[in-house]
Amino acid sequence: MDRRHPSVAAALALAVSFSAVAQEPLKIGFSMSLTGPLGGNGRAALLAMQMWAEDVNTKGGLLGRPIRLVYYDDQTNPANVPGLYTKLLDIDKVDLIVSSYGTNVIAPAIPIAMQRKMAFMTLFGTNPNAKFKYDRYFQIMPNGPDPAVGLTKGFFEVAMTMDPKPKTVALVGADAEYPHAALEGARTNVKAAGLQVLYDKTYPMSTTDFTPIVRAIQATNPDLVFVASYPPDSAGIVRAANEVALKTRQFGGAMIGVQYATLKTQLGPLLNGVVAWEVYAPEPTIKFPGVEEFLARYQPLAAAQQLDPLGFFLPPYAYAMMQIVGEAVQRVGKIDQAKIAEDIHSHEFTTVVGNVRFAKNGEWAEGRPLYVQYRGIRGNGLEEWKKPGHEVVLWPARWKSGDLLHPYDQHRK
Amino acid sequence: MKTSSFTAIALCTALLVAGTTSALVTNDYFFSASYTVLQFVVLATAWNILGGFTGYVNFGSAAFFALGAYSSIVLDKLFEAPITLSILSGTAVAALVGLGMGYLTLRLRGVFFAIATLAFAEVLFTFVVNWDYVGGARGAYVVLQGRPPLGFRSFVQFLFAIMALMAAGAVAIARFVQTSTLGLGLAAIRDDEVAAECSGVPTLRLKLVSTTVSGGLMGMAGATFPYFLSYVEPHGVFSLSYAVNSIAMPLIGGMYDWAGPVIGALLLGGLQQVLQVNVSADWNLFLVGALLVVFVTIAPHGIMGWTFRRGRRARPT
Amino acid sequence: MSGPLFANALVSGLLLAGFYAAVSVGISIAFGMLDVVNIAHPAFIILGSYAASIANASMGADPIVTAVALSPAFFALGLLLYRFYHATFERRGREPLRGLAFFFGILFVTEVALILAFGVDYRSVTARYIGTTWRLGTVDLPLRLFVPFVVSVAMTLSLQVFLSRTFFGRAVLAVGQDQLALQLMGVDPVRIKQIAFGISIATAGVAGALLVIIQPVQPSLGREYIGLVFAIPVLGGMGSIAGTLAGAAILGVATSFTATFFGPSWAPAVSFGLLLFALAFRPSGLFGR
Repeated sequence: MDRRHPSVAAALALAVSFSAVAQEPLKIGFSMSLTGPLGGNGRAALLAMQMWAEDVNTKGGLLGRPIRLVYYDDQTNPANVPGLYTKLLDIDKVDLIVSSYGTNVIAPAIPIAMQRKMAFMTLFGTNPNAKFKYDRYFQIMPNGPDPAVGLTKGFFEVAMTMDPKPKTVALVGADAEYPHAALEGARTNVKAAGLQVLYDKTYPMSTTDFTPIVRAIQATNPDLVFVASYPPDSAGIVRAANEVALKTRQFGGAMIGVQYATLKTQLGPLLNGVVAWEVYAPEPTIKFPGVEEFLARYQPLAAAQQLDPLGFFLPPYAYAMMQIVGEAVQRVGKIDQAKIAEDIHSHEFTTVVGNVRFAKNGEWAEGRPLYVQYRGIRGNGLEEWKKPGHEVVLWPARWKSGDLLHPYDQHRK
Repeated sequence: MKTSSFTAIALCTALLVAGTTSALVTNDYFFSASYTVLQFVVLATAWNILGGFTGYVNFGSAAFFALGAYSSIVLDKLFEAPITLSILSGTAVAALVGLGMGYLTLRLRGVFFAIATLAFAEVLFTFVVNWDYVGGARGAYVVLQGRPPLGFRSFVQFLFAIMALMAAGAVAIARFVQTSTLGLGLAAIRDDEVAAECSGVPTLRLKLVSTTVSGGLMGMAGATFPYFLSYVEPHGVFSLSYAVNSIAMPLIGGMYDWAGPVIGALLLGGLQQVLQVNVSADWNLFLVGALLVVFVTIAPHGIMGWTFRRGRRARPT
Repeated sequence: MSGPLFANALVSGLLLAGFYAAVSVGISIAFGMLDVVNIAHPAFIILGSYAASIANASMGADPIVTAVALSPAFFALGLLLYRFYHATFERRGREPLRGLAFFFGILFVTEVALILAFGVDYRSVTARYIGTTWRLGTVDLPLRLFVPFVVSVAMTLSLQVFLSRTFFGRAVLAVGQDQLALQLMGVDPVRIKQIAFGISIATAGVAGALLVIIQPVQPSLGREYIGLVFAIPVLGGMGSIAGTLAGAAILGVATSFTATFFGPSWAPAVSFGLLLFALAFRPSGLFGR
């Protein structure tokens, strides 16, 4: 019963055309969330990885061997992950492994990678390696060596540039792994900035109506409101902030979801004034080599598959993750997990998301999360978001493309 | 067959299977997938003691599973307790809560009981999410250090062996419950509780035994989960799949015999494992759903209903 | 506790309750009156959301107009589903538990059908009222929540009137209690149940449109609502539409007050704790017979 995925079959067919040189395909295995709550992101990441495999294969493969991606759906359920990775390693005998999307599905794979001493490049986990301290673990989300703190630092550094300086803050987030990690990082930054916390609460993922929460925040009258949320609640909170006419000087945070086309187009003008975490913005200051070409190729493919048609969030990073693995393998010249890990640790990589060096714990040596302010959005169309000027980069200074407009309630519309 | 000899045979079979596979099978995938299937054997068997034998539908299997998992996490945080102690305590905690659930049956029957278990799972979930000591919403890591015990090559092999023993134990208990006078009493409650009460069956006591054993076994299945996964967070442990599977598996296998849930779990659990790595994502979920629909439609009394249609009455009505 | 905050919490709770009533009134009919454990109800809600979202994206149709226009289709779907259910389960005298597994299967199949047809990304709708908020003194009335509230209350009340005033409605109420008596009166209970189940699924379609007005939707979101849609009819009293409204109001207001004054994180514990409490002291629900 060895039926393969259609896409694997396609890769296989491609592989056959290269087998003139009688080379075994080089198999890269991973699980990916293709169904379940994070299925949309998982599929977008998969598309980017398939693009990379195709790019490499048209250039003759890696180490002269054609790439074959072997992947299974983990259904966004961590309980499926150990089985899938042992299958990949023991039965499919993949040469390399990379990860699924997000901490919940990365963490259960780390012990397996450790046991087999595999180099493990991962996609957007918020420091699951803190407990394992595995020296062959790498992670591509650009938050820096202390991910939770790096992820949230920009919001507060931007806030402290306001005159007069803000004094109080409200923190709110969803009851899930990522938002709690982000809130923890935010608390560290809040302390460092000397801000007073007026509200610090979380809400369940099943929350339908966010207006009571935003009103409770408003009642404390904070200078800043920092949100750490997942897609449906990001939309709910931004809507509620507009409906309640939230009066605060800076509003936004690390909100998953506002990076994708669905929420950008759905919320449209409601996002104006929000200061949000992004990993890419079509601004003149953000010119990673090849990213625009990548997006130009990705966008029509994604639209055809009903995936995120902008691709500003996960896809370039999924592609970059594969670029790094590929480059390291090429340089090492053979599949040697120790040498590959060592190579990734000791080199700087040029990718579609810019130049990357890795710290000892496998995170980016120097973080580069962006904090942008949405402005000038007029409608609910997609085109506006592709043009510069609507996602003004405020932080970090090196990529800055404009200044913060404040207070939030006066720049809401 | 006497219960003691059945139990001995079940445990010996489990040991034998664990022993020979450890010696012969070199890939960990076999153990990892089998662990998951056996875990469902325990869950389905446990659910069936209350649901199939006694007629009380528990919607909150995930909560009992989680009680087991989280007591292991607490013990690991406290003093990195050995796995056997975690299993014992997970079973005990879940059994105690099961006992409490038993008192609910005093007032609630049928669907009301089912909804109450669902509500209990939601309440417990909220508490776990807000309990920072066990990681809260961020989840907890349980990292197995050093070499696997007892000469096993890997931890997953070791966990598989433990789960095989637990499955054998659970099945032996279920068979004992079914074949003893206890089982007769439970069946009487299932068929007509009022009539049973009137004819002198100590209904409350029997129901308490049933809920306690059922809950305890579910907790036992959950106790090794953190070791298997290394990382546990509330949404994963309280996943709908535990509630669905522990009901669907006995239904598919047959609810009036201890063998029903075992067959159902091996079939449905095994199929899920096979589909997951052989067909694309969408079709996997689709086939599981379609199989459920087809099976309950064509096999009204489960697979056991087919087997025993002629031999004896498959189920009392 | 300030006055405006209190008033707003109350209004928010009631608006939420309106939505809760829409998602659970179908279960109140199917489960409470017909004894059909339709755990796939939330999947049909999501189906309704997708229908509304697609019509909205392709033709700019208002989600509520779409929902009303499509309700005969949802009704027919419910009719067919009940026919199948009846032929395979009820007619053969099988207990509702088998139906439960059957509907779990339907839940998964519907989810996958949506994924295959429309992908896994979040879906939403645009309508002019979604961004509008009315302000009555210190109380905000976001139309995104107020419009679903009005639609839901109208739907629920008309169902209540329909069920209590018409012959057919009384037959539905009777079908759960005494089928024989109905047959003696010359009414075919199966036909009655079939139509009532069709109505139940039609309400799911409307509730789906309301859901997608309130928040973005993806195929597996329905699972989040399983607990809620069963909790509300049980809390209110099985088979009573008024009870469903009361149950929805209690949970809606409790959720809103917990979120405003205590900590939103505890809202599910409060809601389901209330349900447990109510069940322990009044097992047949608040308005139970």
